[in-house]
Amino acid sequence: MGLLRRIRTWFEDRSGASALIGPVMTHRVPRSAKWWYVFGSATLMFFLIQIATGIMLATLYVPSAAEAYDSLRYIDEEVPFGWMVRAIHGWSSNAMVLMMLVHLSQVFLHGAYKYPRELTWMVGVLLMVCTLALAFTGQVMRFDQDAYWGLGIGASIVDRVPVFGNELRAIMLGGPIIAGATLSRFFALHVFVLPGLTIVLVGLHMMLILRHGISEMPKPGEVVDPATYKPAYEERIHRTGVPFFPDAARRDMVFCGLALLVMLGLAAWFGPFGPGGVPDPTIIDTNPRPDFFFLWIFAALALLPPAVETPLLIIGPPVLLLAMLLIPIMASRGERAPSRRPLVVVLFAVIVTGLVTLSWLGVTSPWSPQMDGWTSAPVPAEFVRGRTPLELQGATMIQFAQCRNCHSLGGLGGERGPALDRVATRLSWDQLVRQVQQGGGNMPAYGKTLTSAQTEAIVAFLATLRPDHVPASEIPGALEVSPGRDQPPMATPDAPEPARGFQ
Amino acid sequence: MNETPKPQRCCDGREPSAGRHADLRIHGEASGPSGSAGTPKSARAGDDTARGAAGDRRGFLFGAGAALMGIGGLLAAIPIVGTLFAPARRGNPMRWTDLGPVDQFPAGTTRLATFTSPNAAPTDGETARDACWVRSLGDDRFQVFYVNCAHLGCPVRWFEQSRLFMCPCHGGVYYEDGSRASGPPPRGLFTHQWRVTNGRLEILAGLLPGLEEKT
Ligand code: FES
Repeated sequence: MGLLRRIRTWFEDRSGASALIGPVMTHRVPRSAKWWYVFGSATLMFFLIQIATGIMLATLYVPSAAEAYDSLRYIDEEVPFGWMVRAIHGWSSNAMVLMMLVHLSQVFLHGAYKYPRELTWMVGVLLMVCTLALAFTGQVMRFDQDAYWGLGIGASIVDRVPVFGNELRAIMLGGPIIAGATLSRFFALHVFVLPGLTIVLVGLHMMLILRHGISEMPKPGEVVDPATYKPAYEERIHRTGVPFFPDAARRDMVFCGLALLVMLGLAAWFGPFGPGGVPDPTIIDTNPRPDFFFLWIFAALALLPPAVETPLLIIGPPVLLLAMLLIPIMASRGERAPSRRPLVVVLFAVIVTGLVTLSWLGVTSPWSPQMDGWTSAPVPAEFVRGRTPLELQGATMIQFAQCRNCHSLGGLGGERGPALDRVATRLSWDQLVRQVQQGGGNMPAYGKTLTSAQTEAIVAFLATLRPDHVPASEIPGALEVSPGRDQPPMATPDAPEPARGFQ
Repeated sequence: MNETPKPQRCCDGREPSAGRHADLRIHGEASGPSGSAGTPKSARAGDDTARGAAGDRRGFLFGAGAALMGIGGLLAAIPIVGTLFAPARRGNPMRWTDLGPVDQFPAGTTRLATFTSPNAAPTDGETARDACWVRSLGDDRFQVFYVNCAHLGCPVRWFEQSRLFMCPCHGGVYYEDGSRASGPPPRGLFTHQWRVTNGRLEILAGLLPGLEEKT
């Protein structure tokens, strides 16, 4: 006992540890700091797990384009616990991004970034950038087809930067193509640069939290005024605050513990992410998709009109970042309660709705052709029953000409274009012919590919899908007279071929 | 003799700098811990000149230190920054690359051809491989397209029956001659320059295509 105490006293005297850690542990926090305040701690906990599992993975992973893929397979299949370490690293990274977003939302909605915590917010924004960058570079470490083509998309975006585009892209890729040097660069970023930066920023973030104290739950009517805030806060916290440890830490611990268990459960149940196919650019039967936190960008890239795409891609991110950094400068005082800041709440709702919608669209990606739609999606039997040979030929042609990659029939097939089931109720016979041959509205022109007889067969088939009681002539916008099914209107064998090419 | 000026220097009213603490300790005992009180009057008379000379020397040392650090830092930065930026300065990466004998590409077909990137490094593994679409027009005339979509680089796929290239990412579609048919791509497919040498088809390859290039 005496020895232990002497060791403690010696250590205390030489290190000054309790003088250093004591105030950190017992600093007073507002009594109102309830469950809303646990998400920052959870983000940090998942980051620590990333460091631990990341170091273990670094002992096993080979960051060489020639061997990365095999080393991942080896970690998953041969190394004891290897798959679990990869699973935890993957799931914990998702959890970290998620907790970071919830924490960010809470701070934003509660106006906790206002005076005197502006700098805390700014450092937090930089931490967000680091977290997302870690997530993206982490996806590259999983060196599979998604990683390869994800890099390709990143490179194409960087390449669009005016003047320096080519050079920037070469610097990003480490050479003229995506290859070994690219993986090495991203490995250095993912393993040294970004974690190091994150650790420094986390330290700064915590230091600022200690300096200014944790913000109280916002109360309507309690206005932040830089002239009076600090003394009033000090006074309140002294009167009603509680020590962080153990009072507030209890909640952090319970939440972090639960979050940790859930994450471990997911990791054990679902296992590691990927790797998907071999990162071989000659394998083009691939369907690259980013991880979930970048799906919204992926969706935006499909939906933006080409004219605004490049400017938005280049100007958007820096402007967004700057805006986020400057929020606390522009609104450093005033009400904090969400009920008194309707504009902020609406803005938040719009952003979240937008991101969730885009992400969901990214999951379903209705704009992508379903590459095997033409071979895998059957034609429902009732759609061919009792049809004439010409109409049946049309049904076959629709499969053969890959129409089903973009158009569904009976709910199966691509979703890029309108479903074919009812298209003849919107367009007349002539309009259908023109649409097939000349395209337009995001449909390629088939005038060069299909003979007029083939086009006619297709249209004849589509016309049979029209519900019996809705003649096309009665549908607004489809006023042209449709020829009867037994009088093919056009392209008798000796008639000239319809105008070709629409280019 | 040499004991008197030193305590003076270190205790002339300014904060002693960190590097001089050793001086303070060693000589402090002789002249008393806080200088001016224990310093003889005669010594204080020479204060100004001593301070001036010492200040000069300190200023010089500081300047020299800063200059040395600066020069050293710049020298060290050359290889560090150089390595980072080196890829941007490599000359033209395009090289004539063999795709195989011309008769592998019968007239009227569009086929995927694979090759190894002329800039491949030994550690590139599968990523050193590359592919392109060869459209043979007959009579040794060709069109060679990059597999990379002109939108953001995903690999486009050829559909023989509809004579279209389709991109799996955002739904870009191209006609058989590479021109844009629909979707987000701002232009047609990028093309490789090609030539036929001794009955073999060769293309200029070695760089990922991008909008900034005029391919
Ligand atoms: S990459 Fe092909 S459409 Fe976007």
